Amino acid sequence: MAAGAASGGSARSDTYKEARTWLLMPSWIVLSLLVLAPVVMMLIYSFLTKEFRGGVIWEFSTAAYDQFFCSRGLFGDEPCSIEWTYIQIFWRSIWQAAAATLLSLVIGFPTAYFIATRPEKIRPLWVFLITIPYWVNLLIRTVSMKFVLRDQGPLNDFLMATGLIDDPLRIVNTNFAVQLGLFYSYLPFMVLPIYASVERYNFSMSEAAADLYASKWTTLRRILLPAVKPGVIAGCILVFVPSLGSFLAPDLLGGAKNFMIGSLIEEQFKGNAGNWPFGAAAAMILLSMVLVILMILARQQARAQKGAEA
Amino acid sequence: MTKRTHDIRRYPGFLPMTILCLTLLYAPLIVVTIYSFNSSNSITNWEGLSLRWYVDVFTGPEAEKFKRAAWNSFTIALIAATTATTIATLAATGMIRAGQFKLRTLSFGLISLPLMVPEIVTAVATLIFFNSIGFVRGYTTILLAHIAFCIPFAYMPISARMQGVEDTYEQAALDLYASKRQAFTKILLPLMMPGIISGFLLAFIISLDDFIITNFVKGAGVETLPTAIFGAVKQGIKPNIMAISTMLLAVSIIMVTISYFISKSDNKT
Repeated sequence: MAAGAASGGSARSDTYKEARTWLLMPSWIVLSLLVLAPVVMMLIYSFLTKEFRGGVIWEFSTAAYDQFFCSRGLFGDEPCSIEWTYIQIFWRSIWQAAAATLLSLVIGFPTAYFIATRPEKIRPLWVFLITIPYWVNLLIRTVSMKFVLRDQGPLNDFLMATGLIDDPLRIVNTNFAVQLGLFYSYLPFMVLPIYASVERYNFSMSEAAADLYASKWTTLRRILLPAVKPGVIAGCILVFVPSLGSFLAPDLLGGAKNFMIGSLIEEQFKGNAGNWPFGAAAAMILLSMVLVILMILARQQARAQKGAEA
Repeated sequence: MTKRTHDIRRYPGFLPMTILCLTLLYAPLIVVTIYSFNSSNSITNWEGLSLRWYVDVFTGPEAEKFKRAAWNSFTIALIAATTATTIATLAATGMIRAGQFKLRTLSFGLISLPLMVPEIVTAVATLIFFNSIGFVRGYTTILLAHIAFCIPFAYMPISARMQGVEDTYEQAALDLYASKRQAFTKILLPLMMPGIISGFLLAFIISLDDFIITNFVKGAGVETLPTAIFGAVKQGIKPNIMAISTMLLAVSIIMVTISYFISKSDNKT
C-alpha cells in the first residue's frame, strides 16, 4: 500500500480515458509553469552575476557558488581555501533539525504508540487531536510559543510562583527554543506515520516474545521497533526535511545567534544587502540536500515493500 | 487472552508522554487565547477579563490595515482554494478514472512537487520567476503562487475519496444511455462531494496560513494577515495581535473540525 500511495495508487477504471489529456492538462500547465519553471529559473539565476540593490545581470558567473564555498582573502585575489561561514550555517541547521527530530521522536513515538493501542473506534479522534494544532497558522503557533517562553512569560511566572526557580529561565534566543519551535511546527508528521505502522503491527509477535520470557523492554527493542522501523524513519524524515529550511521558528525564537539556512536565504532577497544569485545558489544547495534525502527514503520504502511481499 | 494482550501492549511512561505531548501542543494556544481577553495594556500583567482588544482590532488605529489584510487573505484563499480544488478534481479523475498510462507516475510527481520542495525554495523560485518575466509583484502574484501550492492539498482528500467510490454507479448510468459527461457531472461529482469539500477546506486553510511564500511574492503595500501579523510581531507582541491570532485560530479549528466530521460521516455510509 505504501508503494501504491507513492505512485498515486492505481487507476480504478478507464471510463474517462478519451478525456484524460484534457482532465490532466490544467494541473500540468499550472504546476509546470508555477513550480517547475521557477525552480529551473532559480538554477539559472544562481549562475548569473549579481546586481547591487537586488536582481541580476544576465552574464554567466559562478561567483555565487564561489562565495559559498571559497574564501579568497580580504581582497579576493588569493587562491580558494574553504569558506566556513556558510557551511557552518548549514551545519547548524542540520544539527538543529536533527535535535528537533530527536525531540519529536522521543515525545512522538510513545504518543503514536499510545493512540494506536486505543480501542479502534476512538483512534480517529485521538489522531484528530494531534493534527488540530498543525492546521492552526504556523506563524500564530510560533508567536504563541514565544509568548509562553519569553522571560516574563507565563511559563516563568508559573515556575517562579511554585518556587521551582528564583530567576526567570532564559529560553528565547537559545538553540533549545528553536528546537522546541520546530518540534511544535512538525510534530504530526512524526506521529502519523509511526501510528500507521504500529496500527498494522501484529501484537501476537509481542505475545510470542513474552511467552519466550522476553521482558517488556526487550520485546519493544527487539520485536516492535524493528517491525515499525519504516514508520519511524518516514516520521524522522518528514520532520527533518521541513525543519532544515524553516524560517519562522529560527527567526522568531532563535534570534541573531541562531541563524539558519532559511534566514540566510531570506536575507539575500530583502533590502539592499541582497545578493540574488547567492540566495538562489543557497536555495539550490538546500534543495539538492532535500532531494537526496527523499530519494534515500523512496529507495528504503521500496525495499521495505519488497521485504513485506517476500 | 484479551487481558494478556492488553498487558503486553501497555508500557509504563507512555501515557505521561502522551499527556506531555498534548500539553506542549495545546498550552501555548490556550494561553494566548486567555491573554487575548486581558484588559491590560501590557501583555505581562493580568488585569481582568475584557473584549477591549477585540474592539481595538476592528476600530483601533490599526483597524484599516488589518481589515485590508484580512480582505486580501480571505479573497486570495477563496479564489485559490476554488481554482485548486477544480484543477485537483479534474486531475484526480484523469489519474484514477482514465486507465493506466505512461505519464502517470510523472503526473503524480508533478502534483506532489510543492510538497517535496522546501517552502523557502518555492518562495525564492517563484519570486525569481515573476521577476524574470517582468511580472509586477502584488495581489496577482500572491494568488498565482497560492493556487499552485494548494493543488496537492486539495488533491489528497479528493483522490482518496475517488479511490473509495465504486465505478458501478457510473457504469449503470452509461448502460442507461447517459453520456460520459452526464455520468461525470450527475453521478461521479455528487458521490465525490465529501472529498471535494474536504479538499477545498484544506486548501483554504493552507492558503490562509501561508507566510513564507506570500512574504516573498507580495509587492510593496500588499499584505495578507500573516505578513501583517509578522510585521507587527517584529516590533514586539502586542495584545491586539493576540486577539487577531485567537480569531484566526478559531477559524482554522472550525474549518478543520467541519472537514473531520464530513469525512467521518462519510466513512459510515
